[in-house]
Amino acid sequence: MSVATAETANHDLTIPSGARALLTVEHLTMRFGGLVAVDDVSFAAGDAEITAIIGPNGAGKTTLFNCLTGFYKPTVGRLTLDRGEKQFLLERMDDFRIAQQAHVARTFQNIRLFPAMSVLENLIVAQHNALMRASGYTVFGLFGIGGYQKAEREAIDWARYWLEQVRLVERADDNAGDLPYGAQRRLEIARAMCSRPALLCLDEPAAGLNPRESAELNELLLYIKQQHKIGLLLIEHDMSVVMEISDHIVVLDYGRKISDGTPAHVRADPAVVRAYLGEEEDDEIPAEVAADLAEDQDPGADGSGEVRGG
Amino acid sequence: MAVEAGKRAALEGTVDFQAILKEAGLAALVAFGLAISIVGVRTVTIPGGLGLEYRWEWVVIAVVGVFLGRFALAYRRETRSPGRRAEREEAMDRIGAQVQRMAKVAGPLLVVLAIALPWMPFSNRYIVDIATLVVMYIMLGWGLNIVVGLAGLLDLGYVAFYAVGAYSYALIAVYFDLSFWICLPLAGLFAATFGVLLGFPVLRLRGDYLAIVTLGFGEIIRVVLLNWYEFTRGPDGISGIPRPSFFGLPFSRRVQEGEQSFHTFFGLDFSSMHRIVFLYYLILALALITNLFTMRIRKLPVGRAWEALREDEIACRSLGINPTNTKLTAFAIGAMFGGFAGSFFATRQGFISPESFTFVESAVILAIVVLGGMGSQIGVVIAAVVLIGGTELFRELEQFRMLAFGGLMVLIMVWRPRGLLAHRDPTMLLDTDSPSATAGKSSP
Repeated sequence: MSVATAETANHDLTIPSGARALLTVEHLTMRFGGLVAVDDVSFAAGDAEITAIIGPNGAGKTTLFNCLTGFYKPTVGRLTLDRGEKQFLLERMDDFRIAQQAHVARTFQNIRLFPAMSVLENLIVAQHNALMRASGYTVFGLFGIGGYQKAEREAIDWARYWLEQVRLVERADDNAGDLPYGAQRRLEIARAMCSRPALLCLDEPAAGLNPRESAELNELLLYIKQQHKIGLLLIEHDMSVVMEISDHIVVLDYGRKISDGTPAHVRADPAVVRAYLGEEEDDEIPAEVAADLAEDQDPGADGSGEVRGG
Repeated sequence: MAVEAGKRAALEGTVDFQAILKEAGLAALVAFGLAISIVGVRTVTIPGGLGLEYRWEWVVIAVVGVFLGRFALAYRRETRSPGRRAEREEAMDRIGAQVQRMAKVAGPLLVVLAIALPWMPFSNRYIVDIATLVVMYIMLGWGLNIVVGLAGLLDLGYVAFYAVGAYSYALIAVYFDLSFWICLPLAGLFAATFGVLLGFPVLRLRGDYLAIVTLGFGEIIRVVLLNWYEFTRGPDGISGIPRPSFFGLPFSRRVQEGEQSFHTFFGLDFSSMHRIVFLYYLILALALITNLFTMRIRKLPVGRAWEALREDEIACRSLGINPTNTKLTAFAIGAMFGGFAGSFFATRQGFISPESFTFVESAVILAIVVLGGMGSQIGVVIAAVVLIGGTELFRELEQFRMLAFGGLMVLIMVWRPRGLLAHRDPTMLLDTDSPSATAGKSSP
């Protein structure tokens, strides 16, 4: 495996574990006017693996996600989802078709539930397309003809299974908006899983969680990977989550890929150290930068912006 | 500033009368400025032209009234503990939930009462007429509730579909001489088509922008009806619209040779009440169909998708819900029921003109939905009875009727901004006793 550097654009498509590529991103570029949010990024994410995308604030991670899930149309690039029996070119599909046909599900950085609907209803809405077919596109369902009742019972059972996984069975009939923050995060993951995805994209799932909740999240994500054999793509700031559960890490900085490999490889990569300092490298900060940091650092920020280029 | 002073006073446990007096005085000053021209001076006809009549005592009454009202309001605000408002909101929510639960029992009871109404001893032509009108607005409210309450698409031009239904019925019936029972579904279909036509350009719009475009659409329909003289006879309207028949039996006094009418067929004496009661039952049946349809569709995937779309469109897209189709079905189905109501209106009146389909109609229907509590079926019934029945019953108040109407709406919006019964029951519950829950796999 080649060692990546920030200077040369890196189009390495290898997956460290040698797993089959579920998602292949090639030369993805997204420009907003003069701003290049994602600049010629290529990588591959393996099937039944957790691939993490990390990088300082503004590195283009969420933009990359929005391109993948069709919320943005990429300026340049090819996004291939290979589900074995069928392949999808995501950059040509509408956002809802990506979810409907390619089975890519996602969660959002700022949670997007249906707050006035019950927890169970949130999970049933996620199974909309299967239920629409079962209800004969409403026509048969309206008159109670056909197998809609059975399909609905199956949908509830599937929802119940995911409620058990995220420990929300007791709150199934409460409004989703009334749940505490951590439970809302879990519910959003359960809702995405209810749509039976082949690839699950999680945008900062650990944001705002306490250490215990964060550890539970790790277990949930590993469980999804092992039991359901789907690919997970993860944007995360919390290094304890990333390093512990990822099989493969892609590092972005200023919209470009600067490193790609196993957690151990990325942790040791000097390009990453330069752009994005993890916990372990604290003592490697040059004295003058550390002094600057102490003076300038905004207490709320994670500090990565100031360290950049230090 | 008065409010801040008041807050400080409330903290100290005393009431700052100076601040309250100042606030009330300001309000009285504004009232004085308005009342002097609006209330104080009146034009009257005197021999030889117009003259002025001065009514200074009315101005005094208005100013003193505003001053005292504002004083009482401010005093109450200052002396009340801040937790009260939240408590009241919660209490109202509980009442809302209770009414919804009661509606399961009271609903069928209300239906029975509605069916029995024409046979009640106190019932007369006037009461049945008002009841017909109220039920018609209930049906319109239920139809609009699909678009506004469930799908969350603020539609200010709902009267357009009502107009399309009425004109479709009138034109088809007059030109092609088809019976009411064939024209009714056709009118619904036409209205649904117009719903889709309106839906397409406004798919990307939300909130205020959507409201403005739908408002414009409503006006376009009315203006076209007004100006396309060759087709719609413009402001002259369409008269001689055939009355509905009782499955082929007309409600007419005189019968042509060899044919039968309702009263001869059943061997009754002719009475004009027959048709009135029949029309009442007709709209009651149509309204109940609308309600059954809505209650049923709420529990189907498309109904849940409408509600989900109201909550968060982006999340819906991420779950593979086609927002275009979902919104268009909401527009089409809401419009269809508007069309049904419109054709009923045409057959009841026997005459329609564009004047019946002004923006005020849209506003009244929307007010019924919003006041009742968006998405609440029983709320629509209560609001329609209060707004339509109330304004009809208080006809003696003349122009003050509209003042009372507006005042009532302001009161409800202040007191309960989410509508009278804005409580939503889930469309499905998790059956926690089922075996798979107890045998549940251990959490990861």
